[in-house]
Amino acid sequence: MGVAITVILGLAGLFAIAAAGRFAARSTLRGAARRAVNDMPLTAAFGILVIVIYAVVALTAPVLAPFPEREIVGTQFEAWGAEHWLGTDRIGRDMLSRLIYGARNTVGIAFATTALAFVVGSILGIWAALTGGWLDQILSRFVDALMAIPALIFSLLLLTIFGTSVLSLILVIAAVDATRVFRLARAVAQGIVVMDYIEAAKLRGERSWFLIRREILPNAVAPLVAEFGLRFCFVFLAISSLSFLGLGIKPPTADWGSMVRENATLITFGDVTPLLPAGCIALLTVAVNFVVDWQLYRASGLKE
Amino acid sequence: MTRDVLLKIEGLRIEGRSGDTWTEIVKGVDLTLHKGEVLGLIGESGAGKSTVGLAAMGFARDGCRITGGTIDFDGIDLRRATETQRRGLRGKRIAYVAQSAAASFNPAHRLIDQYCEAPVVHGVMSRDAAAKDAVDLYRRMQLPAPESIGFRYPHQVSGGQLQRAMTAMAMSCRPDLIIFDEPTTALDVTTQIEVLAAIRDIVRQFDTAAIYITHDLAVVAQAADRIKVLLRGEEVEEAETRAMLDAPKEEYTKSLWAVREFQRPELAPAAGTPVVSVRGVTAAYGTVNVLEDISFDIHAGRTVAVVGESGSGKSTAARVITGLLPPSSGAVLFEGTPLPPSLRGRSREQLRQVQMIYQMADTALNPKLRLRELIGRPAQMYLGLKGRALETRVKDLLHLIELDPAVYIDRLPGELSGGQKQRIGIARALAAEPRLIICDEVTSALDQIVQEGILKLLSRLQEEFGLAYMFITHDLATVRAIADDVVVMQRGCVVEQGPKAEMFTPPHAPYTELLLSSVPEMDPDWLTHLLDHRAAAG
Amino acid sequence: MSTVIRMIVTRIALGVGLLFIVSLVIFWATELLPGDLATQLLGQAATPETVAALRAQLGLNDPAPVRYWAWLTGALTGDFGVSLANNRPIAELIGARLGNTVFLALYAAAMSVPIALTLGILSALWRNSPFDRVANAGALSAISFPEFFVAYILVLWLAQTGIFPSMVRITPSTDFGDRVYMTFLPALTLTLVVTAHMMRMTRAAIINLMASPYIEMARLKGLSPLRIVLRHALPNALAPIINVIALNLAYLITGVVVVEVVFVYPGLGQLMVDAVSNRDIAVVQAVALIFAAAYVGLNLIADVLSTITNPRLMHRR
Repeated sequence: MGVAITVILGLAGLFAIAAAGRFAARSTLRGAARRAVNDMPLTAAFGILVIVIYAVVALTAPVLAPFPEREIVGTQFEAWGAEHWLGTDRIGRDMLSRLIYGARNTVGIAFATTALAFVVGSILGIWAALTGGWLDQILSRFVDALMAIPALIFSLLLLTIFGTSVLSLILVIAAVDATRVFRLARAVAQGIVVMDYIEAAKLRGERSWFLIRREILPNAVAPLVAEFGLRFCFVFLAISSLSFLGLGIKPPTADWGSMVRENATLITFGDVTPLLPAGCIALLTVAVNFVVDWQLYRASGLKE
Repeated sequence: MTRDVLLKIEGLRIEGRSGDTWTEIVKGVDLTLHKGEVLGLIGESGAGKSTVGLAAMGFARDGCRITGGTIDFDGIDLRRATETQRRGLRGKRIAYVAQSAAASFNPAHRLIDQYCEAPVVHGVMSRDAAAKDAVDLYRRMQLPAPESIGFRYPHQVSGGQLQRAMTAMAMSCRPDLIIFDEPTTALDVTTQIEVLAAIRDIVRQFDTAAIYITHDLAVVAQAADRIKVLLRGEEVEEAETRAMLDAPKEEYTKSLWAVREFQRPELAPAAGTPVVSVRGVTAAYGTVNVLEDISFDIHAGRTVAVVGESGSGKSTAARVITGLLPPSSGAVLFEGTPLPPSLRGRSREQLRQVQMIYQMADTALNPKLRLRELIGRPAQMYLGLKGRALETRVKDLLHLIELDPAVYIDRLPGELSGGQKQRIGIARALAAEPRLIICDEVTSALDQIVQEGILKLLSRLQEEFGLAYMFITHDLATVRAIADDVVVMQRGCVVEQGPKAEMFTPPHAPYTELLLSSVPEMDPDWLTHLLDHRAAAG
Repeated sequence: MSTVIRMIVTRIALGVGLLFIVSLVIFWATELLPGDLATQLLGQAATPETVAALRAQLGLNDPAPVRYWAWLTGALTGDFGVSLANNRPIAELIGARLGNTVFLALYAAAMSVPIALTLGILSALWRNSPFDRVANAGALSAISFPEFFVAYILVLWLAQTGIFPSMVRITPSTDFGDRVYMTFLPALTLTLVVTAHMMRMTRAAIINLMASPYIEMARLKGLSPLRIVLRHALPNALAPIINVIALNLAYLITGVVVVEVVFVYPGLGQLMVDAVSNRDIAVVQAVALIFAAAYVGLNLIADVLSTITNPRLMHRR
C-alpha cells in the first residue's frame, strides 16, 4: 500500500512541477514558441518533463548511479535499505544503479532503432510516392506482404535466424518497423504530391531532389515527427517485450525488460521491486504518448 | 396583403468557437417572415447566412452557440422551448434542404425510407400513406420514374435529382417553413435552373414560407419575394426583390453587381501567328478519350475563354498544352513550331513560355515557403537572377500585383487572404516572363468583390505585357467580362468557337444556346420567361 | 449482386495469394542465413561428418524450391516435420497448445469486444465530458503499458490475495468451468490492453461519422438521439467497427506470446519463445505460419464483411 501512495505522490509532484514549468514558460517565452506553450495541456507538459528527466538520467548515468552497472555488490535479493535503496537483484547487483543504467541502455537502443527505421522507411516512402509507377508498385506490394505477418512474430522469426545479439535485435526491429514507417511516409507524401504546388513545380521543370527537399519535406515534417513518437513507443515496447522474453538485451547489461524477467519470482512474494523497471518503461511511453497526442491535436486543430 | 407573421427573429447573436476562444459570428440580426413568403438571404462566405438559417430552426451547429436575441416561430419561443419541443417542430413544421444532397442523404438507406421517416416519426401519416405521397411529390418535382426512383440508394441518383428528392423530402410533412441552404450551388448551370424551377413551383403550390440562402443574387431573385443582404454577421439592407435589384441603397450591395459591370473593350479580330495553337488534339486517360480532335488558337494580347460544364474536358485541354498529358494524336504549336508532347521533352525555355494559375490558391502555393521564395524561384531558375537583383525583381512583382513588398515579402501563404493568395499565384506566373498564362477557374473560389479585383488586375497586366490568356471557366458572366475569343466545350469536343461578340449574338449552336440561356439574370421574371420560351420552343 | 460475389471471390483469391507469399517469406527467411543452416545449428566446432548427417536429415541437399514445396504441402495436411531440438513431430507439439491459445484469445475477445464498443460509443457520444476525458487518459495509459507490467500488477493485486491462480496449469482433461477460472488473469491482461486500443479506434470512427452532413440532416428532421445513432449512424459505422475488431483480434494473436510466458500458459506463444531460444527454426516457421494465417484470415473476413455492409457496393448503379 505504501508503494502505491508513494507512486501517486510522485506522479502528483511531477504534475505540479510540470504545471510550474509551463507557467514559467508562458511568462518568459515570446512569439511562436509562446503560442505553442499557450495551448499545451498539462498532460503534455508532464510528458515533456518526464522525457527531459529520462534524457538527463541516461546521459549522466555513471555520475548518478551509486554502484557500477554489472558488479555484484551485495547478497542476493536484499531488501530496500540505507545502502541499497531499492535492494539487490537475483545475484546481488544494486537495483537502483541498474535502473539508472537501464535508462541509458534500453532507451538508447530503442531510440537508435527507431531512428534507423525512420530514415530508411521515410526516404523509401517519399521516393515511392513521388516516382510512382512500377517502383512504387514493387515497393508497396513487398511491404504489404511483410506487413501481413504480425510484427512480433516476424521479429521472432528473424531473431531465430540471426541470433539474439543486440546488433541483430536493432537491425531486425528496425527492418520490421521500417515497413510501417514506409507506409505512413508514402501516404503523407502522396497527399502532398497531388497538391497543385507540386504540379506547378513540375511544370516549372524542377528536379526530383528539389521537389523532395523544398516542396515535400517541409510539409511532411509535422506528421512524421508525431509518427516518430508513436513508432518510438512501439519499438520501445517491442524491445522491452523481447528482452522480457529473454530474446532481446541480455544480462549483465542492465535493461528494464530483462530485469523484470530476472526478478519476477519476487512478485509472487508480494515484493514490488521487479515492477519498478516495468513502471519506468510505462512512464516513458505514457509521457511520449501524451506529447504525441498534443502534437496530433495541434496538427488537426491548425488545419481548420 | 400583409399576412400573419410566421417567424420573427430579433437581435440574434451567435458565437463560434475557434480553439478556446469564442467569437461572435452573427451580431444582432433581425428577421421577419410572413406565412407563404420567400425571403432570400444573401451574402458572401463568412456572412453568417447558414448560421442564421439554422437558428430559425432553433439549431446551432457543434462549435456554435446562440447567445442572444429571440426566435419566435408561430408563437413558440424557440430559445426557451425544450429540446423535445424543438424536435417536434423540426422536420414537421420547419424543414431543411442542405447544400450537398449527395452528402446529406444517408448512404445506407433508400430514398423512400428516408422520405417516410419524418412523417412516420412525427405521426403525420402512416408509412404506406407517406410512400404514396412520396410518389406524388417526386412527380411534382419532375423526377424521372417517380414510382420507382424512391427505391434507389442515394449513390444511384444524379446530383440534380438528389437535390429535388431532398426538397420533396423536406415537403413530406407539409411544413410551414423550409430553409434552403444553397440548394443549387454545387450544380452545373443547366441543372441548376431545373432544380430552381422545381423548388420555386413546389413552394408556391403548397404556399410554404421559405428562407432561401445563397451567395448568387441572380438565383435568389428568381424565387424570393424579399431579399436581405448580410455582411460579416450583420444586416446590410433588406428590400422587396424588385426594389433591391433596381435600386440597391448601400455601397456594399452595389458592389455585388460590380463584376458584371466590368467589361473589357472590344478588340479587332486576331491576326498573325498565334502564341499557342492547339491542332487536332485527341487525348485519353487510359482508354477513355477525354478530348476528341480539338483545335483552337491563342493570340498575343488576347484572352481565349474556354467554357464548359464539369467533365467537358476544358481542364484536360490545359494539361495537354502544359505537357502534363501527352496527346494521343495532334500537336500543340508554340509560335508555329510544335512543342514536344511531354513535359520531360521540353526545354527550360519552352517551359518558361507557358505558365499556369490555379483555381485553389490554397493548394497551389506551398504553405511552408515564404513569398520571397515562392515568387523568386521562377525568376531565379529561368532568368538566373541572384542576390540583390532577385530581391529587386520580387519587390517589383509584388508592386505589380498591388501588395506592399515591405509588409509581405517574408510572409507565409497562410497569413494572406484568399484574394491575396491568388495575386501571389499571378506574380509567380509573371516572374517567368511568359507569353501565355493559363488561368484555371482562377476566380470561382473567390467572393464577388475579390473576383472583380483579380479580373481587373489580369486585364491590366495583359495590356502592359501583351500576354496571351487561356481562361478556363464555367461562369459565363466572367466570360462576358474578360474574353476576346470564346471556345465552348462539351464532352471533350469543341461545340462552337469564335470572337466574343459573335458568340454572344444568335444564332448559337444548340448547346451554346442552352448554356447561355441557363445563366441566371438579374431579373425576377427571367426564369418564368425562360421556361415559357423553352416550353413554346418544345 | 453478381458484382459483389465477384468482388468477394477476388478478395478471397487475393488473401490466399497473400498467404502464399507470406509462406514464401517465412520459408525463405532461412535462406538469409549466412552460411549453412546445419553449420549454424551445430556451431563451428562440429565435424564435417555430423554436419553432413544433419544436412541429410534436414533434406538440405535438395534444391530450395523442392524443399519449399515439400514443406508447404506438408503444412497444408498438418505435417510440419520434426523439431530440430528434440526430434518430436511438430504437429504433436502444436496439437493441444493451438487449442489453448485459441481459447485464450477468444476468451479475451469475448470480454473486450463488448466493453470496448460500449465505452467507445459512449465516449464518442459524450465527447469532452469528464467520462470521455477519464476514459481517454485511461486508454492512453493502458496502451503505453508493456503487457508484462499489466500482467504482474494483476498478479500482485489479484493473485496475491489468492482469488485467482497466477500460474495456469491446464491439461486436456480440465473442464470448461475450471479453464475459465484458471485462465481469468491472462485473459484479463489481454482484455485490458486490447480494450484500450479498440475503444480509442471506435471512438474516433464514431466521431468521424457524427460529423457527416447526413447526421445533421437527421437531427434537423427532428429525430431522437437514440434513433439517430441506431438508424443513421450505426449502419454506416459497421464497416469501420468491423475493421477495428478484426485489427484487434489480430493484435490478440501477437499479444498472447508475452502473456503466455508470464502465466506459464501452455500455448503456442510459449512454444514459439522456447523454440526461438533453442533456435529450433522448424518449430518457429510452423508457429509463425499459423499466426500469420490467422492474421491474414481475420483481415480477409473483415474485408469481406465490410464489403457486404456497404450499400454502395451492394447496390451498384
